[in-house]
Parts: sequence; structure tokens; C-alpha cells
Amino acid sequence: MRALPQQVKRLAVVFAVLVVGLVVARRLLVPATFGQRGHYRAAAVDSIMALPTHYAGHEACEPCHIPIADKKAKSYHRGVACEVCHGPQAEHVSAPLEHKPPAPRTRTYCPLCHGYNPSRPTGFPQIDPVLHNPPRPCISCHDPHDPTPPHPPESCAACHGQIARTKAVSYHAQLSCTECHQVEARHRVSPRAALPTKPTTREFCGRCHAQDASSPRDIPRIDLLTHNPGYMCWQCHYPHQPEARS
Amino acid sequence: MTDELSPTSAVPPGAGPGPRPDRRAFLVACAAAVAPLMLDGVAVGEAQEQPQAAPARYDPRTHYYGMGIDVDKCIGCGRCADACKAENNVPRDPHHFRTWVERYVIQADGEAAVDSPNGGIDGFPEKTADAGVLRTFFVPKLCNHCANPPCVQVCPVGATFETEDGVVLVDEDYCIGCRYCIQACPYGARFLHPVKRVAQKCTFCYHRITQGLLPACVEVCPTGARIFGEVNRRSSPLDRFRRFNEIQVLKPHLNTEPKVFYANLDGQVR
Repeated sequence: MRALPQQVKRLAVVFAVLVVGLVVARRLLVPATFGQRGHYRAAAVDSIMALPTHYAGHEACEPCHIPIADKKAKSYHRGVACEVCHGPQAEHVSAPLEHKPPAPRTRTYCPLCHGYNPSRPTGFPQIDPVLHNPPRPCISCHDPHDPTPPHPPESCAACHGQIARTKAVSYHAQLSCTECHQVEARHRVSPRAALPTKPTTREFCGRCHAQDASSPRDIPRIDLLTHNPGYMCWQCHYPHQPEARS
Repeated sequence: MTDELSPTSAVPPGAGPGPRPDRRAFLVACAAAVAPLMLDGVAVGEAQEQPQAAPARYDPRTHYYGMGIDVDKCIGCGRCADACKAENNVPRDPHHFRTWVERYVIQADGEAAVDSPNGGIDGFPEKTADAGVLRTFFVPKLCNHCANPPCVQVCPVGATFETEDGVVLVDEDYCIGCRYCIQACPYGARFLHPVKRVAQKCTFCYHRITQGLLPACVEVCPTGARIFGEVNRRSSPLDRFRRFNEIQVLKPHLNTEPKVFYANLDGQVR
């Protein structure tokens, strides 16, 4: 058997040095747990999992604060977790006497949710913080754990502020809500149990706006038979702001 | 234990060769008497430790997380952004957010104005110019935890990654702060931590969900606009949310396959 050529032997040595160097460099440079579960350090996942929690979760509150939890569970705030208002309370759960949860009592906190804002979804209870019983703190009338007010609201605008504001600057400003909606008294205390009625026919609007209606002459008239038959009035005219949009 | 040990100490040490067999016999007897107790103790110790250890063994392969957001329920109170900062020690300045709430105001000509003052934490000042507004609503935003994440692809050191349970995380000890991922994220969900100089983002509160808790933003959302759960597990609230709503994701044309699912999303939202 002939010996290998000298240059092959030398190349083999160079190759071996390179391979060993690569292995050593990888050993030194690649972190210990890199690649165990994917292209990342598995130890990083464990260190993220070990981070401290600050919010304890509403389940942690209920075993100790049973009366409040029961009251809240029957109220409109049943979906609002304790830590929404009282802040992160993991410390209070681990040492109840040393860390007392704060309770916001100023008029500035509740409007974060309940101040009127046109971007909020329709139907969400909103008030105008400037006009709604200043300067009394919200908690003087509303218990945050059962926020239904002690006496029912007197005007529709107390809850339907968005509609009331729109209507106030429209041609329908003088009409009372009950002109078009029949509202049971029960609606004021349990709004969703007794919903107000809405008009269902073209003839309802026609009581004022038809050619032969007995309303004052300066009210705009249309001919119910020829004015876009087949459509309901409120498909073009929003009744709380009835100016037709082009 | 002290009762059994006290007789041995009563035997004087080095009392001569005489008592040796006795002492051996005595020690053997002692060991025989104590051994079952010791074994019992070990067994009891194991029995107590096992149930504690069982929930601590979190298996990421049995989970796959996502979030649902019902835009129609968001009231823009900003409690989610506030809770996120408290839970995750995010800097309190108005430029760094892991989740935030955007207000969209769409004018009659279709022009959309978007703002998010301090992420919505301090509420949204009411816009006085109501005239000409076609629609207006709030949209909570966060990392979309894409199944096909561009941020992970561009990271040069493997410091950001998708875990087996579908959460995109950042390895803060390994991140070099090069900001490629911040540029790559089409949702603007990442930022450079001003002190640590590493990329940060929403983790779905990974330290909470692996303990069975909800993410902080889901925990505090007062209207239930955020739903957290498993993707494609029928019993999960997220799966119910996806069955009962028409679902859209943000920027679907980028094929990032987000796992944050929006219901009642306006076409103007980017």
C-alpha cells in the first residue's frame, strides 16, 4: 500500500484543526440551553415564567371578601374584577394586613369608564362629569360594588346622554322621548328587562309629516305614497337627527 | 427521634473491648427500629411533594394560546394598558406600551384619524368637533403573537422566538438591542426598553398564563372585550368567541397569521 502524499496529510491536519476549533468555539459561544426546544435558549423561557405576578386575579379575593363578592355578583359591576379599581394586589393576598388595597374615591376615577365619550359603544352608561351632580363624589350616591343608584334616574338623558345630546341640536329637540317610545316605569329600574318600544311603520312618522297630517304647517311634509316607497323612514332619517343625509 | 437516640449517648464511648458485640447488636437493633421511620418519612415527604410538583410541571406542548378582542365592547377606559404596565414593570412614560388602546375617528369623507394619548391610560379627551364624524370607536392593540412572526425571522442572534405554546417571547439576557425586530413588526408592538436597551413586547403575561392565571389586561378588562384562551380547543372561551363572532385579524395580506382575533373590526383599522 502506498503512503498518502505529503500534501494530503498536511491538509488533513489543517482540516482537523479547523473542525476542532469549530467545535470548541461552538462550545464556548453557544449558550448552554440553546437549541433544546428550538432556535432559542430554553432557560430564557424558565426565567420569564419565574417573573413575579402583581395582579392576584379575582378568584383570590372572593374567599375572604364573601359579602362584597356576593353583592357585586348580582350587580351591573359583576364583570368588573376587583383589581380594576383597587389596583394590583398580589402583595395584599400574601400579606393581607401589611398591604391595604387603595380605593379610588374621587370624581376623576369613575369617568374613565363612565364619562361621556362619543367613541364608546352605544348603550354603555355614560354621564357628563361636568353636569352630573357636581361636586359630589360618585360614591355618595353609587356603591361601586352595586352601582345602581338609590333612586331611579329622572330623565332619559341620565343614561342616554349620547342620544340626548344629538337630539338637542336637531329639529326634533322639542319632542319628548315618549312621543315616539312607549316606556314602562320598570325600564328605569331594570332597563334591559323592559325595553322601550320603537316605531314600526311609515305611518307613524306620517302622523306629523304626511300631506294630510294635522300638525303645524311649518313641519316638512312628504307624500307617503311617492316618497321612496318600500323604505322605512329611519333608513334615511336618523330620528334623533332627522336631517336627511345625502 | 430523640427517644431512640438517647440510649446510644448513654453508652460511654471507648468503654473497652468487652461491650463491643453488644454495642454492634444495639446499633443494628437501633437502625432496624429507626429505618422504617426514616423510610416512612421519606415516603410521606414524597407524597406531600408530588401534588405540589404536579401543577408546577407546565407542559408547553399541550397548549396553544391566542386572544380575542371584541371591538364593540371596548369602552376605551385604558385599564388594560395601565394593568399591563403595572404587571410587567413597563416604563411609565407615554411612549412605551406592550398593549394600548387606539381611538379611530372616521370622517364622512372616509379619512380616519387615529390617536392614543398615553395609550388611553388617562382616558381620551372628548373630541368637540362632532360634526361630520361617520363612525368612531376604540381598538385595543397588542402583539399579535403571529404564527409566522417576521420579528423572529429577522433576529440575528435568536433572542426572540416562538415558544411551543404559541407565544412570541424575547430573551432579555441574549438580546443585543439591534432593533431589527422593532422595524420588522408590522403592528408596532415592540419597543426598545429605555434602560435595559433590549427589545420588549407583550408576552401574553407568560409568567401568569403558565400558572393558570389570565393575562393582566384580560383580568382587568371591565367589559369583557378581551378573551384569552386556547386556539382550537373547543372548551376554551376563545374558541367559543371565534365560533360566535365574525373574526378578522390585522393586516391579513402580510401572511403573518396573527393569533389575536378581532370581532366587529372596522375595515379602516390597520
